[in-house]
Amino acid sequence: MRSNMLFAILRIIALTRKELLAVLKDRRARMSLLVPPIVQGLVFGYAATYDLNHVPYAVLDQNRSVASRQLLAGLDGSGVFQRVADLRSPADLMDVIDRQRALLVVQIDQDFERRLAAGQSAVVQVIADGRNSNTAATATSYVNSVVAAFNARWRRDHSLPGPTVQVTNRAWFNPNLETRWYMLPGMIGTLTLIQTMMLTAMSVAREREQGTFDQLLVTPFRPFEIMAGKALPSMLVGLVQATGVLLVAQLWFRIPFAGSLFTLYTGLLFFLLAAVGIGLLLSAVAATMQQAMLYSLLLILPFSLLSGLTTPLSNMPSLLQYFTAINPLRYAIDIARRVYLEGVGLNVLTGDLWPLALIAAITLTAASWMFTHRMQ
Amino acid sequence: MTSASQSAPGRYSAIERLRAKARRVRALIVKESRQMLRDPSSVAIGIVLPVILILLFGFGLSLDVKNVPLAVVLEDSSYDAGELIGSFQLSSYFRPQITHSMPAAQALMIEGHVDGIVRIPQDFARRVSAGDAEIQVLVHGGDANRARIIQGYVAGAVATWSARQAAEGKAVVAEPVGVQTRLWFNDANDSHYFLVPGLIVLVMTLIGGLLTAMVMAREWERGTLEALFVTPVRSDEILLGKTIPYFLLGMIGLLLCVLSAKYLFHVPLRGTFTVLLAASTLYVLVALGIGLLISSWVKNQLVASQLTMLATFMPAFMLSGFLFDLRSMPTAVRLITYGLPARYYVALLQTVFLAGDVWWVLIPNAAVLATMAVLLALGSRAATRKQLS
Repeated sequence: MRSNMLFAILRIIALTRKELLAVLKDRRARMSLLVPPIVQGLVFGYAATYDLNHVPYAVLDQNRSVASRQLLAGLDGSGVFQRVADLRSPADLMDVIDRQRALLVVQIDQDFERRLAAGQSAVVQVIADGRNSNTAATATSYVNSVVAAFNARWRRDHSLPGPTVQVTNRAWFNPNLETRWYMLPGMIGTLTLIQTMMLTAMSVAREREQGTFDQLLVTPFRPFEIMAGKALPSMLVGLVQATGVLLVAQLWFRIPFAGSLFTLYTGLLFFLLAAVGIGLLLSAVAATMQQAMLYSLLLILPFSLLSGLTTPLSNMPSLLQYFTAINPLRYAIDIARRVYLEGVGLNVLTGDLWPLALIAAITLTAASWMFTHRMQ
Repeated sequence: MTSASQSAPGRYSAIERLRAKARRVRALIVKESRQMLRDPSSVAIGIVLPVILILLFGFGLSLDVKNVPLAVVLEDSSYDAGELIGSFQLSSYFRPQITHSMPAAQALMIEGHVDGIVRIPQDFARRVSAGDAEIQVLVHGGDANRARIIQGYVAGAVATWSARQAAEGKAVVAEPVGVQTRLWFNDANDSHYFLVPGLIVLVMTLIGGLLTAMVMAREWERGTLEALFVTPVRSDEILLGKTIPYFLLGMIGLLLCVLSAKYLFHVPLRGTFTVLLAASTLYVLVALGIGLLISSWVKNQLVASQLTMLATFMPAFMLSGFLFDLRSMPTAVRLITYGLPARYYVALLQTVFLAGDVWWVLIPNAAVLATMAVLLALGSRAATRKQLS
C-alpha cells in the first residue's frame, strides 16, 4: 500500500519533470515565461497609479493682488502643478481646456482680496477637464489641499480664529494614500493568471491534437497522476512568476511587506490550483488547440478586468458580483493585498481560501472525469 | 506611361494591369468573405465578442464612489452632533452605521465591513460653542484612490453642515477661501463617461489584432498561403483580400460598441458621428495591421494570439490613458506609451464623445494613427513576401 503511494509519487515526479522539460527546453520559451511578468510588473507598476505628479494648469487671475499671488505661489510650489498659461479673459478658458493644454484652470475673481480683507469668505473657482473625471477629481482634491494650507497661513497671519469644526484625516495601511501600494500587490496574481491558465489549457490540448495523449493514457499512469503531472509544472511556473512580481514590488518599488510570506504563498497555492484547474477543464472541453486558446482568452479577459484590480468590486451591479464568485483572481488579489498591506493571517482569509479550494475541487474533478470518459 | 499603352503585343498597359489587379483582389475578397462567414469563430470574435465585452465591462467597471459604508462613532449625544450626523445620513455618498465605541468601529473596518470611520468626540458640542471642535476621520487606505475621494466627501459633508449652521444664524467661522469646482464635459461626475469610450478602445484593440493574427497564422500553419503563392496573385493583393473583409467585420463590432455606449450607458456623443467613424476606421486598420504583422512574423496561431494578447491588450489597458493619467508617468514609461496606437485612439474617443470636434486634439492624434496604419501595411507586405520557409 505504502509502496503504491510511493510509486504514484515517483510517477508524478517523472511526469512533472518531463512536462517542465517540454515547457522550458528552449531558451525562447523560458524567456517568454519569465520576462513578461517582471517587465510588466515594472512598467505597469509605474503606470498604474491614480496619483498625479504632473498637473498642467492655467490661471485666470482677475484680481492680481498680493493675496491671489500668494495662493498661486502655493500651487506653483507644490511640485505637482505646472503653470502653462496665464489667461487674460474668461474667453480663453474654454480653449485651453479643449485643447488639453491644461488639466484645470484656477479662476480668481476681481474681489478676491477685498472679500478676504473684509473677513468675508472668498471663492476660488476650479474648472477641470472632465474627459477623465477621475483624474480631474484627484487634481481638484490637490487644489483643495493647497487652498487649505493657504487658509491656515492666512488665519495665522491675520490672527483669525480657526474653523469651528476641524477635520483631521488619517489613513490606515497606506498612510500617504499611494495607489501604487494597492496596485502592485494586486498584480502578483493578475500577471501570473494569463500565462498559467493558458499554459495548462494548451498542454493537454496540444497532446490531444498530436495524438500523444492517447499514448499517455495507455501508460501505467492513472488519470489522477496525469492530471497532477500536468498541473504541477504550470503551478511551479506560476509561483516563479508571482515571486518575480513580488520581488519587483519589494525591491524596486520598496513597498513595505506587512504580512508573512508563508501566508502569501499559501494563498497563492490555492489560487494557482484553481487557475490550473480551470485551465485543465478548458483543455478537456476543447477539441483543438485553437478552441482551447479561444476559451481561455474568453475567460481571462473578464477575469482580469472584473477582479477588483483597478475598479472596486463593490461598484458592480449585484448580478456581475455573483459572476465574479467564480473568478479566482478576485480572491487572489484580495489575499495579496490584505497580506501585503494589512499583514493579516490565514484565519482572516478563510473567506477567500474556501472559494478557491471549491473552484479547484470542482474543476479538477470535472477535468479528470472528462479525460477518462472522452476517449473516442 | 502613355507610350506603354501602345506598346508591343504581350505587354499589358497600366490600365489593364490595374484592372487585372482589381479583379484578383475582388476574387480574393469574395473568397475570404465566404470563408469568414462560414467560420463561426471569426463571426463570434468580430461581432459577438465585442458586444459581450462592452456589456460586461461597461456594467462592471465603475470608479464612482457612492453608498460608502461608514462607521460613525458617536461619543457625544448632543443636538449639534446629531445634526452633523444627519448631513452624513442625507448624503447619497454614505451609508453610515452608528457605533458607540472606537474599538467596535475599528473591528468593523478590519473585517472589511466599513471603508472609513468618522469619530465625533465627547466634547464636540462644547467645543463647537468654543469655536474649536474637531472630528476625526480614519479611512482604510488600501484603495488609495477611493480613500482620497471619501476624505473629500467627508470634508464636503462637514462644510454643508457648517453652511447650514451659519444660515441658521449660529456663530460658525467659515474658511477664508472656499473652492468651487466645475467638472467640464462631465458635470455629473459619472465615471462611465470616460470608462466606456476607453473600453471601446480596449475591445477593438483585442478584436482587430486577434482577427487577423489568428487568420493569417492559420494560413501559414496549414500551408494554404503557399498554395496562394503559386497563383498570379501578389502579396499586397493577398493582404488586401484578407484585410478588407475583416475590416468590415471589425467595423460592425465597433458600431455595436458605439451604439451601446450611446444608448445603453448614455455617454453623450458631443462630436459628430462622421469624425468618430473616421477615427475608428484608422484605428481598426492599425489593429488589423498589428495582427497581420505579428502573424506573418511568428507564423503560428498559438504564439500569434498570445503575443497579440500580451502586446496589445494589457498595454492598452494600463498604458493608454484610458484609466491612468499619462502625464504622471515617469519619462521612460511615457516614451513607451508614445509607441502605442491605443493611446491616440483613447485621446480621440474621449474628445469626440465628451468634448466635441476639437480639431487641435483630433488632427495630431489621427495623423499619428494614419502614419502607423501605413507603416504597418508596408511592414506586413514586406513580411508576406512570396517565399517558402
